[in-house]
Amino acid sequence: MSVDAATVKRIAHLARIKLEEHEVAPLERELNGILSWIEQLGEVDTDGVEPMTAVIPNKLRWREDVVTDGGYPEAVLANAPQGEFGFFAVPKVIE
Amino acid sequence: MSESSAVPFRIQGDTGEWEVVLGLEVHAQIVSRAKLFSGASTAFGAEPNSQVSFVDAAMPGMLPVLNGECVRQAVRTGLALNAQINRWSRFDRKNYFYADLPQGYQISQFQYPIVGEGELVLELEDGATRTVGIERIHIEQDAGKSMHDQSPSKSHVDLNRSGVALMEIVSKPDMRSPDEAGAYVRKLRSILRYVGSCDGNMEEGSMRADVNVSVRKPGDPLGTRCEIKNVNSVRFVMAAIDYEARRQIEIIEGGGVIRQETRLFDPDKIETRSMRSKEEAHDYRYFPDPDLLPLELTEDFVADCLASLPELPDVKRARYERELGITPYNAAVLTAEKETADYFEALLAESARRQGKPEAELARAASNWVISDLFGALKSGDRAMASSPISAAQGAELLALIADGTLSGRLGKDVFAIMLETGKDAGVIVEERGLKQVSDTGALEAAIAEVMAANADKVAEYRSGKDKLFGFFVGQLMKATGGKANPAVVNELLKKALAG
Repeated sequence: MSVDAATVKRIAHLARIKLEEHEVAPLERELNGILSWIEQLGEVDTDGVEPMTAVIPNKLRWREDVVTDGGYPEAVLANAPQGEFGFFAVPKVIE
Repeated sequence: MSESSAVPFRIQGDTGEWEVVLGLEVHAQIVSRAKLFSGASTAFGAEPNSQVSFVDAAMPGMLPVLNGECVRQAVRTGLALNAQINRWSRFDRKNYFYADLPQGYQISQFQYPIVGEGELVLELEDGATRTVGIERIHIEQDAGKSMHDQSPSKSHVDLNRSGVALMEIVSKPDMRSPDEAGAYVRKLRSILRYVGSCDGNMEEGSMRADVNVSVRKPGDPLGTRCEIKNVNSVRFVMAAIDYEARRQIEIIEGGGVIRQETRLFDPDKIETRSMRSKEEAHDYRYFPDPDLLPLELTEDFVADCLASLPELPDVKRARYERELGITPYNAAVLTAEKETADYFEALLAESARRQGKPEAELARAASNWVISDLFGALKSGDRAMASSPISAAQGAELLALIADGTLSGRLGKDVFAIMLETGKDAGVIVEERGLKQVSDTGALEAAIAEVMAANADKVAEYRSGKDKLFGFFVGQLMKATGGKANPAVVNELLKKALAG
């Protein structure tokens, strides 16, 4: 598996990472290097081996349906670049 | 799936008849106190951002912890739809950027949903039925809410809804007309409300539908579909389908090709339009959420969920017909909404207690009263069953007074009107206004004698064979007693007196 320049640009856009044109070719090389490194795992025979979901045997923990959190809008908004009337204010996004 | 016996729905185009193929994805907010992965409240209508935990705001390092009640409600819903419950399922991240999605991804279930295939049976207006397949149900987080009308240059984001649990209920493309899609949404909402897993309130957005629409010539393979997002009423679902199907037919007949895309329904203009922003967003790059282990359910857990289900509308309707002798129409109406069925059952239990008779004997009259009198009053007062001004106990008292002959049917309606107006109990009204039906033969005989004396000529005519005049005497007597005379007793006494 490998990526081309167009794919690099597309995934950068999907992740909202701004790329200059001259950064594309080096990134393409780096990503393909990482991918071929990971692909070495393909040499291991995993036929009949269950996919591992956790390193130690563990069960998903469930919470009770009780309200234990919230009620601090100031803290939630504290790091927002802009807040207005208790809302986050962001550049207008509308269909 | 199974075919209805009805005439198939077709849209007439320039090149012949077209068939519409419909599938629905319904997002239903799960009823829970706290959110799916955090302890913040889910209550509707709070101050902006006041029900947001650091998990919901996606602050770095915060970890999701699953709310067991949301899992329980999804499993109960699946069981109510006769669906496969997957004892092993998994949470995946669905990645996309939007201002009201602080994580940059939605925790959802992609490859391994908690509920698999099931089905829903629709009763259509002409009495036919259609079985619609359920493809899957998965659980996921809701996003926050953006408001665009507060400022010319800014959108405002409230994260109170961020992280609230949703079920996405996906149907198979088994529906073939706007009516069927409407019936599907209504039936699904009814079942969710019986189960108690979603309040079904479409106005507040706790239930919304994405509608997949394609068209084809009957017998042809499936056409390319368009998805209409976030339609929030049964009426709009039907209107959006009608518009979208005609739009697609026009394009194809004009030599064009349907592009698979996401469209938005505009309820003001009754039209759909392309959502350009969604075109590139379809690359969601799902992968298993590394913060969460697989969701595993024990057999006991599923069994407890099953045992907790109430009697569901189809079973209830059949029981009403079979055990209570209620007409199929009345049974369908009474069971369509849980609140109506609850009211009717309370009314019937109280009536049986008051009158000392079995429910089956009283059910027919009680069902008629609920459907004609009470529904009429609720409709004209624009009220829902849950806020009925007449309690089931008050209704039962009124029905008992009619059943024991204290009130005639007509007086019963008058008393009901006064109950609505004053909120007083039927017995109190009867006492206060002296509305008690007169069945006392002595009093009635005296009144009959008076009427006959005052109309000696009519009596003679009647006796010479003009028996049509009987109605005249009944009318005079009712007038003399202020409408309170018991009609059955009047008929009997009058006949005897006139016969001489």
